[in-house]
Amino acid sequence: MIQTATKDASGRLLPVDTIRKAFPIFSSPEWRELVYLDNAATTQRPQRVLDAIAGYYADSNANVHRGAYALSEKSTGLYESARELVGRFVGAPSPRQVVFTKNATEALNLVAYAWALPRLQPGLQILVTQMEHHSNLVPWQVLAQRTGATLAYVRVDDSGHLDLDDLRQKLRKPTLLVAVTQASNVLGTLNPVARVVELAKEAGAAVVVDGAQSVPHVPVDFGELGCDFLAFSGHKMLGPMGIGVLVAKEERLEEAEPFLYGGDMIATVDWHQSTWNELPWKFEAGTPNVAGAVGLAEAVRFLQEVGLERIAEHDRALTELAYDGLAQIDGVRIFGPPPDERVGLVAFDVDGVHPHDLATFLDARGIAIRAGHHCAEPLMKRLGVVATARASFYLYNSPDDVEALIEGVKAAKEFFSP
Amino acid sequence: MSLEALYQEILLDHYRRPRNFGVLKDADVHEHGVNPLCGDEIEISLKVENGRVADVRFQGKGCSISKASASMMTEAVRGKSLEEIREFVDEMEKVLKGEKEGDPEQLGDLEALKGVSKFPVRIKCALLAWKVLEQGLERAGGGTGEKETT
Repeated sequence: MIQTATKDASGRLLPVDTIRKAFPIFSSPEWRELVYLDNAATTQRPQRVLDAIAGYYADSNANVHRGAYALSEKSTGLYESARELVGRFVGAPSPRQVVFTKNATEALNLVAYAWALPRLQPGLQILVTQMEHHSNLVPWQVLAQRTGATLAYVRVDDSGHLDLDDLRQKLRKPTLLVAVTQASNVLGTLNPVARVVELAKEAGAAVVVDGAQSVPHVPVDFGELGCDFLAFSGHKMLGPMGIGVLVAKEERLEEAEPFLYGGDMIATVDWHQSTWNELPWKFEAGTPNVAGAVGLAEAVRFLQEVGLERIAEHDRALTELAYDGLAQIDGVRIFGPPPDERVGLVAFDVDGVHPHDLATFLDARGIAIRAGHHCAEPLMKRLGVVATARASFYLYNSPDDVEALIEGVKAAKEFFSP
Repeated sequence: MSLEALYQEILLDHYRRPRNFGVLKDADVHEHGVNPLCGDEIEISLKVENGRVADVRFQGKGCSISKASASMMTEAVRGKSLEEIREFVDEMEKVLKGEKEGDPEQLGDLEALKGVSKFPVRIKCALLAWKVLEQGLERAGGGTGEKETT
């Protein structure tokens, strides 16, 4: 079965050997043999991205938006062209709509505090899906508690799909916003976000999309989605840690209050009042992570050169192999929809083997997977488990990696079973 | 550190066939605890007579380390006075964290848990049962007359 599947997959796979050469960790003496399957947590970074960061500090370093000198202009130019490139990558109509943050979590908190908080009140509802990561759930929970607004959940069915009838039903109540992930970090489910947006629009609700697991893996177009806000993280798409992005509709950003106050985000400051800078700088108080933005831009160039469609196809081929291989092991239960309806990850559990034992066991064989609740505790409750194991793939993973996983799971089962 | 050093046969045996598994109906102390990081859960019930553990049971969900640790613990604490157990819990915490070697004679099967100290993320798994026992003892201290001086 696996042999045939590998054959099938070969036409859809990327040239992994060449790609791996671009990533220094895979040629480091310590981790050369590593089978890295925790890409949904964070990815590895190509040398080009590291060089871009070091290069920025080496020959372009100055504070942005201030200096009346050439070096500062150079730094500002790099920062703003990174914004343009990253914005275009996800179909943002204008760089004014692209705000740099520290990660997707901060981007979602920005939406919560800057836009939603002043608009929430008792009688209004926030709708969150049952499959949200804590980052697109806890901010809304806290805002509901603080404002007296209601927090309600859109059901996830047993196959791991969003229940759109339930969404339709719940949208009958006055709703300020719907928070939905484009791809679940546990189930892998690719949600029909454009459809969710349609339904929300009819009900007059805004839509906040968590793109942390989708933007790195499938082509995403902000305009096509039609959502009001889209958040994602650089470090899950070959970029550095500490840089994230919020893309938003211009009118939403215009009507939002600043999130953080201080330097760079102001137009004028008087003793007792200030006015705010234009978009997007109104939301970027203080010296920004310029090197992070430059590194992310280089990561985006790398992804564009490989091609998002090809990456998605590669992910899917590996996911099919993993799904089919794991499903054949007695006692393995896979969560979420079939491979063609998900991004490149598979969460599962093994009868008689706790996910933490499985992760430790696989680690000893040089395979890195994630075990735990994946920052989605309510979803774990919905699935009726306390933890799962999760393998997640990216452009440098090979069918051999998947094979190692499957063999490792079989061996773990034998090791721990009575 | 090899896998076999962590998962010693005796540990796997306690995991596969946990000792004293269940609940004591007429227990003096019921204590429940969770490890929020991995969702492991444990419930310990203790019966105390004359200041000593007369009987003990545990039940719960968890990984092999947390389950084996709990199972071994129930064997180790039977017949001990509450004071002795308190000292023992302190000692075990130090052993599991690798701060102390521990006395092999006193440790018995528990010796097999020492490998955990080399796997920092798993120390919490091994400590769960002991922490819950400690909480339970705090309660027992108030419930068995020892601290009822007023």
